[in-house]
Order: sequence, then C-alpha cells, then structure tokens
Amino acid sequence: MNSYLNTVGRIFDIQRFSVHDGPGVRTIVFLKGCVLRCKWCCNPESQNYKIENLISNGKTKTVGKDVTVAEVLAEVERDRVYYRRSGGGLTLSGGESFCQPEFATALLKGAKAKGITTAIETTSCAPIETILKALPFIDHYLMDIKHINPEKHKRFCGKDNYMILENARIIAEKAKDMVIRVPVIPTFNDTPEEIGEIARFAANLPNVKRIHLLPYHRLGKDKYDGLGREYGMGDLPTPDNEKMQILKRVAESFGLECVIGG
Amino acid sequence: MSVYFSEELPKSARISALVDHLFDEMPEVEHERAVLLTESYMQTEGEPIITRRAKAFKRILEALPITIRPLELVVGSNTKKPRSCQVFPEFSFEWLEDEFETMETRSADPFKISDETKKVLHTVYKYWKGKTTSELASSYMSDEAKTAIDHNIFTPGNYFYNGVGHVTVNYADVINNGFESIIARAKTELAKCNQGDADYAEKTAFLSAVIMSCEAVCDYAERYAKLASEMASKETDEQRKKELLTIASNCSRVPRKPARNFFEACQAFWFVQMLLQVESSGHSISPGRFDQYMYPLYKKDIDEGNITREFAQELIDCIWVKLNDLNKIRDAASAEGFAGYSLFQNLIVGGQDEEGIDVTNDLSFMCITASIHVHLPQPSLSVRVWNKTPHDLMLHAAKLTRTGIGLPAYYNDEVIIPSLVNRGLTLQDARDYNIIGCVEPQKSGKTEGWHDAAFFNMCRPLELVFSNGYDMGTLVGVETGDISSFDTYEKFADAYKKQMEYTISLLVNADNAIDMAHAVRCPLPFESSMVEDCIGRGLPLQRGGAIYNFTGPQGFGIANVADALWAIKTLVYDQKKYTLADFKEALDKNFGEPLSPLKVQQIATLVIKELSATGKTCTEGEIAAICRGIKANETDPAKKQFFMQLKNDIEALDKFGNDVPEVDYFAREAAYYYTKPLETFKNPRGGMFQAGLYPVSANVPLGAQTGATPDGRLAGTPVADGVSPAAGRDTHGPTASCNSVSKLDHYIASNGTLFNMKFHPSALEGESGLESFVALVRGYFDQKGSHMQFNVVSRETLLEAQKHPEQYKSLVVRVAGYSALFTTLSKSLQDDIISRTEQKRF
Repeated sequence: MNSYLNTVGRIFDIQRFSVHDGPGVRTIVFLKGCVLRCKWCCNPESQNYKIENLISNGKTKTVGKDVTVAEVLAEVERDRVYYRRSGGGLTLSGGESFCQPEFATALLKGAKAKGITTAIETTSCAPIETILKALPFIDHYLMDIKHINPEKHKRFCGKDNYMILENARIIAEKAKDMVIRVPVIPTFNDTPEEIGEIARFAANLPNVKRIHLLPYHRLGKDKYDGLGREYGMGDLPTPDNEKMQILKRVAESFGLECVIGG
Repeated sequence: MSVYFSEELPKSARISALVDHLFDEMPEVEHERAVLLTESYMQTEGEPIITRRAKAFKRILEALPITIRPLELVVGSNTKKPRSCQVFPEFSFEWLEDEFETMETRSADPFKISDETKKVLHTVYKYWKGKTTSELASSYMSDEAKTAIDHNIFTPGNYFYNGVGHVTVNYADVINNGFESIIARAKTELAKCNQGDADYAEKTAFLSAVIMSCEAVCDYAERYAKLASEMASKETDEQRKKELLTIASNCSRVPRKPARNFFEACQAFWFVQMLLQVESSGHSISPGRFDQYMYPLYKKDIDEGNITREFAQELIDCIWVKLNDLNKIRDAASAEGFAGYSLFQNLIVGGQDEEGIDVTNDLSFMCITASIHVHLPQPSLSVRVWNKTPHDLMLHAAKLTRTGIGLPAYYNDEVIIPSLVNRGLTLQDARDYNIIGCVEPQKSGKTEGWHDAAFFNMCRPLELVFSNGYDMGTLVGVETGDISSFDTYEKFADAYKKQMEYTISLLVNADNAIDMAHAVRCPLPFESSMVEDCIGRGLPLQRGGAIYNFTGPQGFGIANVADALWAIKTLVYDQKKYTLADFKEALDKNFGEPLSPLKVQQIATLVIKELSATGKTCTEGEIAAICRGIKANETDPAKKQFFMQLKNDIEALDKFGNDVPEVDYFAREAAYYYTKPLETFKNPRGGMFQAGLYPVSANVPLGAQTGATPDGRLAGTPVADGVSPAAGRDTHGPTASCNSVSKLDHYIASNGTLFNMKFHPSALEGESGLESFVALVRGYFDQKGSHMQFNVVSRETLLEAQKHPEQYKSLVVRVAGYSALFTTLSKSLQDDIISRTEQKRF
C-alpha cells in the first residue's frame, strides 16, 4: 500500500449524498479544527481540534475520530456509482482542511488516484505553500470570502482577512476551477455594498466566473448549547428570498454568474 | 434514432374545469349494473356460464345510463356521477350489505349510498346467495388454508372478493383494426370448429360469447354517438356544438372500425379501458405502453398537419381526467390495504422496443406533462429506464416527481427484461413489457398474470417458530419443536424455513381455489377477446387462454425478518448474550410496552378458551377482569428493565438499509425464504407462481395483526413496506439505502419489487437537485435494483394535512405502488407515511 494512505487525520463526520458542495452527488468529509471562529458557524463542533462531547437530545455524542486516509477512501468508494452518473466525488470540508495539511493532501491525492473527482470547501486561511501542495489534486476549489474589511472580519471571525485575500489571488491563478462562496450573515455582510465589495474582488480574480451566496441559517444553534458554548449571533432572522435576489443582482452586476445556495 | 419533442406544452382551461367537476361531490354507489346483471342471470339459468356472462354484459351495455359530462372531448362513463361506482355481486356482496350503514363514514375511501340504492341492492342480493366466486372459492379451499387466513398469515382477499383485473390487453389491435376485425377472427375460428371435435362445446360457446360481447361494445358506442348528436342539436354554443358533432362521429366509427386519427384513437382507447371495468370489478386494468400504441396515429396527424401538439396534449389530459373518474368500492378491510380510491391503472412510457431500440417519443413526454397538468393519482404513471434512456426524459420525469404527486415510478429494463426471460418469455416479448397495477411486469396482450394474488406476511411464520407452529392455541403452521431444541442458528433458521414452506403451500392452495372459482363462475369473454391466444385456443383467460400464465402473490416484511434473524443470530448464537427463551418472553410481553387492544383481545380469547376447555365458563365480569389484567401487562420492574435492555441491544445492531454488506446480503438470503419455495408451484391455468416483494399498503393493517418481532418492532405497528428498509432505520442517507436494497435479488422477485423513498421538497430544488435525483435513480439501477418511487413532501406539510384535511384535499402522496390523496387515507396509514425515513440530505 502507498504509505500516504496510512496518514492519520481527525474528522468529525462523513456525509454522503450531498449535492450543494461541488458538482453532482458528493461525499463530504468534515475535518476537525479551524483557525477562524466565525460567530455564526453552523458546525461549532468543527472548530476545536481536540475530541469533545456534544449533548444532543439528551444523549452525549463524541465528536471527532482519528482515521486513516485508506479508511476514509473506503467510505467514499461506496458511492462511486452515483459519482459516475453525476460527475460527483469527494468534497473536503471542515473545520478547515488545511489545518491538517498532510492528511487533507493525502485524501485528495488518494481520491484522484482512484479516479474520483475532488472538491474542497475552504477558508484558505493557511500558509500558501501548504495550499499549493494540495492544489494539483483539487478539481473544484470552493473558497469562502466573508468580508473585505479586515476589521470587521476580525470582529466576527476572530482573525483578519489579509492572508485569505492574498491567498485568493495566488490560488485563482492556478486552480482548475474556482468558485467564491459568501455566507450572507445579517448584521455582518448582508448589505448590497458589502456583498458588492466581495463580488468586485471576486470578479477581479483571474479565471473566477462564479459566486455562491449562502443564506444564513440557524441550524447550528442547538449545537452550541450541546457543547456548553454561547451562540454569538443572538436571534437573527434568516435573509428572505427577496433580499437574496437583490444581493444576487448586485453580484451579477460585476459580471459574475451567481447562485443562491450553491 | 428517434427524435422527440421534449418541451412542456401548456394546459388548457378545459382541463382545470374537468378536474374541478370530478371533485364536486362525494363518490356514490350506483345500482344499475347490479340490477341489469341480475335480471339477465335470472333469464339464463342453465346455459353455459360463458354465454351467461356475455348475455349479461350485453344487457348491461344496452341499458346502463350513459352520460357526457360538461366539456368532455373523450366520452364514456359507467356512472351518472363522477368518481362513483357500480357494484359486482357476482364476485361477492355480503360485505357490501353489511357495510351499507358505515361506508359513508369509514376512514378509508368512504362512499355515499342512497336509501333507494340500498333497497334495490338488498333485493338483488337475495339472488346471489350461494352463487358468487367467493363462495365457490371458499368451498374449494382446504381447511388448513382457511385457518392460515383466519390467523392472518396471508390474505388473498383481493381476488377472493373481487374480479381479477390486472391485465393489459392489446389496445393497439382495437385502435388499428377495430372490433370488427376481432369479431371476424372469432367467426373464422368458429367456422373451423367441427361438430365432432372434443373441445367443440367449450370452444363454440366461448367464441360466440366473444362475438356477442364485442358487438355489445360497438352498440354501446353507438348509444354515445346518438346522445352526442342529440346534445349537439340542442347546443347553442357554436364551439361546443362542433365538438359534440365530432364526438358523435368518433363514437359511430370506433371502436367498431379502425381509428383514422389520433382523436378517434383516444376514444377507442377509452371505450376499451372503461368497459373492461364494467365487465369485471378487477382493478389494475393497466393501459401499459400508451406512448407506443398511440404514436402512429399521432405522428400521422402531426405530419399531415391535421392536429396541433397542443390539441393532442389536451386530448391526453382529457383521458387522464377520465382515468380518475372511474371508481370502485372495496370492503372496509381491503380499502385499508388499497387505500386512496386507487384503481392502479398503470401507464408506462419510454423504454425499448422488441428489437432493443429506445423508443422514447413525443408522447412519452406528453404523458408526463399530462400528469403535471391534471395533478391526480391516475394513471399510475411509470417510466421505463435503461442505459439508453434519453437524459431529457429522466429530467422531465424528475420534474413530475418534484411536484410531490408521487409519480412517476421508475422501472429498470436492465433487470426486468432478463427476469421475464428467466420466466419463459421470449426476448422480444420481455423487451416489450409494461407494468400492471403497482409494480408487476408483464407482456401486454399475451398474459394472465394474477399479479396481485395475495399478501403474505413474512413476519407471521417467524412468530410460529417461537410457538411450535401454534397461534392462539390452534396449530396454524407445522410443529417445528420447542425453541429449546434450536441449539444452533442453523436449526432455528431451518424451523423458519419449514414454517415458510408450509404456509406458502397453504397460500398456493388458497390462490388456486380462487383461480378455479373464477374459471367456473366468472370467465370474461370481452377481456379475453383482446388477449392472445384466447380466440385461437377457444378458451377464456380464466381457463388458460393466454400465452403466459402466472400467479404472483407478494411477500412483505423482509426488512423486519432480516433484522430479526440478524438479531437472533448475533445476540443468541454469536454473542450468547441472550437466549431464545429471553426473546420469546420479551416478544410475548411486547418488550414490556403496553399491549394493543387487539393483542389484549387475542390473549383474552385464548385464556377464556383454555378455561372453558377445563370446563369453566366465565361471566362477563370475569372476562372484563381478565382483559384488564392483560392490558396492564404487569411485568415486574426488573423484567421490564431486562426487556428494555434487550430492545436497546437489538436497536444497537446494524440494520438492513445502511450499506453494511454483511447485513444486506443476509437480507438477500431472508427474501429467498419466500421467493424460492414459491416458484416451485403451479396454477390451474398451466402457469407458475412467481414472487413479488411489495405490500401495496397492506403492511399497515396486516402489521396491526402481527405481534412484536425480534428486530425490536413492537406489536401492532406497521411491518416494513416492500423491499424498503424498516421505517426510520435507514439512517445513512439515500445512497446507503439504495446500495442496501440493491443487494437483494430483484431478478427472482419477477412479480416486482417496491422501493419507497421519501424526500423533502428541498431535495429536488434547482437544476442540481434534479440532476442528482436522476443520478440516484441511475445509480440504484446500475446496481440492479428494479423499481423506485418517491414521496416529495415535507413532514410538516403532512402533519398540517392531518390537522386540517379540508385544506389539503389535493395533497397527493405515494402510498405504495400508487399515489393517493393523503386526506382520504386512514389515520394509521397517514402515520406510517409520515414516519417513513425522510431523506433530507439531498
């Protein structure tokens, strides 16, 4: 067996039959650990690298599991027939996959070696060398850009965005297929001006033609309680369709192809 | 390479009006057919039964009230009011008379009945005592088979109480050649009969009956021609007047003579479809490959510029409305099993021709569009899928799926064709298959398939293993020994195999008794005139006139049996954590949960029976005390704790439906306990038995008759439907469910398998939703699954509909092999649908 298949990493979920993160039917592997602490994060259990307990419906669930690349790929293999019919494949998500660069790269490389297409959903908040090492094995690069203003980014995500925006320019040069994804969060970035700034940035990236606007949802709220943490967003409404349509038109005005929901 | 028009054509205002008219009133029982039938039978005592059938049919068609409903283009109704029904006392009547007072208020499929109708039917029914198919079937049946039915091991109720139906006749023959050609063929055969032939009597009587029946149908069409002319002469609206004159012209032409254009073909089709359902009460009269046999005249009209696509679409839509106008009343118990006023008129589009070439055409798309337009449960629309099915057709079908109507169902040519060849069909015939009723494949115009011959509950024989073959003190199965004697899993499994084999033989006995009763008392000359080779052989379908003869009773509860056997194997024999005695006690006590009223009643009956055997009679007060005691199901807390632990341990095991190959292949073996013994049996028409694995909706009422099972299922709760995983137990998403279900042997279940999935509407949103949905169907079929169907509706919507049924009258859900109006289903069936695992992660 190729040794990289024995690489061990930490994941917290594998979700089969996902259709909203990359083309076709995909299996998403969620890697544990993230450098950002976005207040609205719908997967708070993804943020800490350490294995933790989550209480859900009165039952305690252990979140986080150490697995080898080979084990994950065996799970991914199960839905090959659906990838073949839909052009789908493996998607890495998180957390932030590049927090476990060796494991993430080995997963992507392993999938490609088996003829399975790959996608990654990433903040790209990682050293660019790390990302460039994995890039040849990534077919669809879905990159989050949450805000253009570094101050506001820091206030809501725990870290400024200098590295993210800088990396975006480099990755866009080299990625096979890149999409910019924007979570639309009320009180944070849901004004036409703010979305417009992100869209302008995206439109100026080389080779980038598409942007996804992902409306805020509260589905992760209960998990904060289950982890004994506080939900930082309070009681925000989810953006309605009318608002999303307005923002979509803003994004399109920069010549981008825009999809709501990805 | 076919070129097709795949766009969605508009819906005309007429269609909305026709649909509205359908739902103006509650369905009602009408009595004319029963009266005419009985009058005729009284006049023909002593004549050959086939002659009596033909004369009665003729009499009915001469005098049954006819009506053309407002704005109709395709005409012919067997009831005065829409969605009403005639009744069929020749099959059975007692249940109907018993239910006169309750049919209007029952939960599943209620019907109105007027006092006059009650009175008339009451008189008519006096004649039928002792003369029905069900009474004859009953006298043919062995006592053991009757006992097994009484103890709910299986139920052959469908054909026991009603006509058989379940056929696709050769519509093309009538459309292209007219009944005059069928009559001529029968006359030619008749002329060949020699006085000295051994089969002279039966053959001549049959052929004469065919001729009389077909003539009667042609004359019936003439009545419509006349009515339309009269209505035209009084009509003031010029447009409608013109339409009525065309209707008159159509009805005086077809179905006697060949149809000359698409409009006439539609009318010819409808007369056949409707009148088959006047001759017999059998349901699942399936139009089959409508897009194929209607295509030549459609194409001719389009090519010659006689018709617009929009008008052709309107005509198809009109037929769709008519298919929803037909109705039948069933006894209260059957109505639960076939809930939703469904007639299972299965119509299928797409697929390949006899030579293996894809024949998707304009009409394939237009049929799907028609279901989008009328948004009603009939026809049970199906799509044939194979490796060369155009992607456009899949997407158009997926759009219909997305409407949440539960249509279409998807069928896999790549499995069904070889499975039919394996049953003796020629490759050409197998390639030309269509679907009957729910999920049952057959070759149209050549088959008497008896596709829906019984429901067999695979869980019940498992219960018998624990009780040495006894149920409530009566020997129902075979004595396989006390459970203490099963010291290996193989011995336990062997006991289940023996119970299965024995009860399956009883099922065969019951079906064959009913089969004979239909041959003797209700042969059907009209239906037989359109199925090969009845005319050539001079035999009706019921006597083996068809080229292909089958009997297909369906098993259900595979998921429960598989999970149950797996639990026993793992916990008793592999881990030795529990004994069979532990299981038996837990099952008897329903895992410590309260017992259902039915179970209480059963146990009380047993206790009282045992007491009376010892010479003690119980007073009413004592009986009540016994019932109270049982109901409380008093188990000491320690025991209760133990049962809970057992149930938790069972629940922690891997279950069928989660892509665990070991468990899934185990389920494949479990299904063989039903499918393999069955195919060794023969029916009286010279055909074989073949298994189906689907429940219609019987898994709910029959689950109510089933005790707790070793898979942790509680007593009285629904049994798993079809080949689907048990409700709520497939938790790894749709691809995992599909992978599991595809591991069953779908070839051997050649009478069809049924796989239900339920999706939240968000699952199919947008283009990516549709594409992924199609990929899921394709992926399941690549792995040799046979059938798939979908409910696309949110749980919240269903719960709302239960609360406010009046606001959800048109909410259509997929029940089993068919769709039905949700609010017409019984509460328990509604609950079952709500509890089916909802796949959100699309």
